[in-house]
Amino acid sequence: MSSIGTGYDLSASQFSPDGRVFQVEYAQKAVENSGTAIGIRGKDGIVFGVEKIVQSKLYEVGANKRLFNVDSHVGMAVAGLLADARNVVNTARDEAANYRSNFGASVPLKMLTERVSMYIHAHTLYSSVRPFGVSVIMGSYEVDGPHMYLVDPSGVSWGYHGCAVGKAKQAAKTEIEKLKMKDMTCRELVKEVAKIIYIVHDEVKDKNFELELSWVGEVTGGKHQLVPADIHAEAEKYAKESLEESDESDEDM
Amino acid sequence: MATVPDQAHFSRQTMNNNLVPEWLSAEHSTGTSIMAVEFDGGVVIGADSRTTTGSYIANRVTDKLTPISDRIFCCRSGSAADTQAIADIVNYHLNFHKMEMGEDPLVQTAAHIFKELCYSYRDDLTAGIICGGWDKRSGGQVYSIPLGGMCVRQPFAIGGSGSTYIYGYVDSTFKEGMTKEECMNFTANSLALAMFRDGSSGGVIRLACINEDGVERRVLKGDEIPRFFEG
Repeated sequence: MSSIGTGYDLSASQFSPDGRVFQVEYAQKAVENSGTAIGIRGKDGIVFGVEKIVQSKLYEVGANKRLFNVDSHVGMAVAGLLADARNVVNTARDEAANYRSNFGASVPLKMLTERVSMYIHAHTLYSSVRPFGVSVIMGSYEVDGPHMYLVDPSGVSWGYHGCAVGKAKQAAKTEIEKLKMKDMTCRELVKEVAKIIYIVHDEVKDKNFELELSWVGEVTGGKHQLVPADIHAEAEKYAKESLEESDESDEDM
Repeated sequence: MATVPDQAHFSRQTMNNNLVPEWLSAEHSTGTSIMAVEFDGGVVIGADSRTTTGSYIANRVTDKLTPISDRIFCCRSGSAADTQAIADIVNYHLNFHKMEMGEDPLVQTAAHIFKELCYSYRDDLTAGIICGGWDKRSGGQVYSIPLGGMCVRQPFAIGGSGSTYIYGYVDSTFKEGMTKEECMNFTANSLALAMFRDGSSGGVIRLACINEDGVERRVLKGDEIPRFFEG
């Protein structure tokens, strides 16, 4: 439900008469305009996939990645304003490093998510800063299994088995819901994630895109890494073939 | 009176006469015997109960086994003030940590925090600490954090001034896979021998057993303390 908040949308320190903070909602719109990012939590790990829209063929391949490492065991996929996202990633890295320095162990994802949420939320309280125009999906593989959380520009976070953000998030969510994620391993999920990104990508509006894939789980020994080139290629091939086989027309949002 | 150069403390007004006893100005120390032993399912920790200021026994029933969380204790040796302050700070940090994590802290986390403090302030502190406890991830664990601030996990650890007299005894008596009762006896015997020989250790033997079900404390006093050759 979008509406214009004239008069009450000039700063994040203002509520509208119907109890909304419009600046935060506008920040969420910035996320909705960016390329889709999805994360799926399987039986033994997490897989991230990002539809990185490439504006020009002149760009270097692989530049401006949207998948980041926050400490060796935590990965982050971002959607929204990339510069804002980098700020959030750096903060998350600081928090994880501080935790390790203070307690001698890797930060549990639940705690890291809380700290990132608080940081993002802090930027929705004052008129002197603007909210971050990013949603971040964080995932890790810990002693008690895989975990995944989504934080949106308002600072609220949720734990997920499968989530999507960005322009095609509705279509992506529909595809994700069809999967039986809890029983699938990372290797199986990599192919499905690639397929979903290809399905939801809009050929008409955004010509060129790069598929980014990363995972963290038992297959990587608990470390977050970009998916190796050969598995990436195999997943892309599977995705393209599935697209050709299916009779679905490309869904518009 | 000779100064001890490696102890960087606030200046002592050492009296050069015999009219005022030395203990009026000496620092409180837990010249001590402390010990901790791991077994399958928990740890046994023990300590003597003597606190001295110089040669005066300021407290003959001290409790040197300090809880820093529900299932993690520390045995304190060295300066009483320093170790009490450190234990309070670690307790504070662990409380926060427990609230944020939503579950009980790990023994290795507690040991790490002890180590951070003891190492960062190593020039200002005299604290030899043994951190022992139980957590659900790794069971019973004993970590030794001696004077310089290193931290190492050991199957058993001894510390304090009295420990120097029992290295031979513990090395020859310890064996892997002891039961809880055997660990209790091992600890009680070792501490008794240390207390007998070390002038700065004595009083009663305080023991505690920490496992999944909680903490069980005991005191051995008088003729409950094991006796060996007494010359």
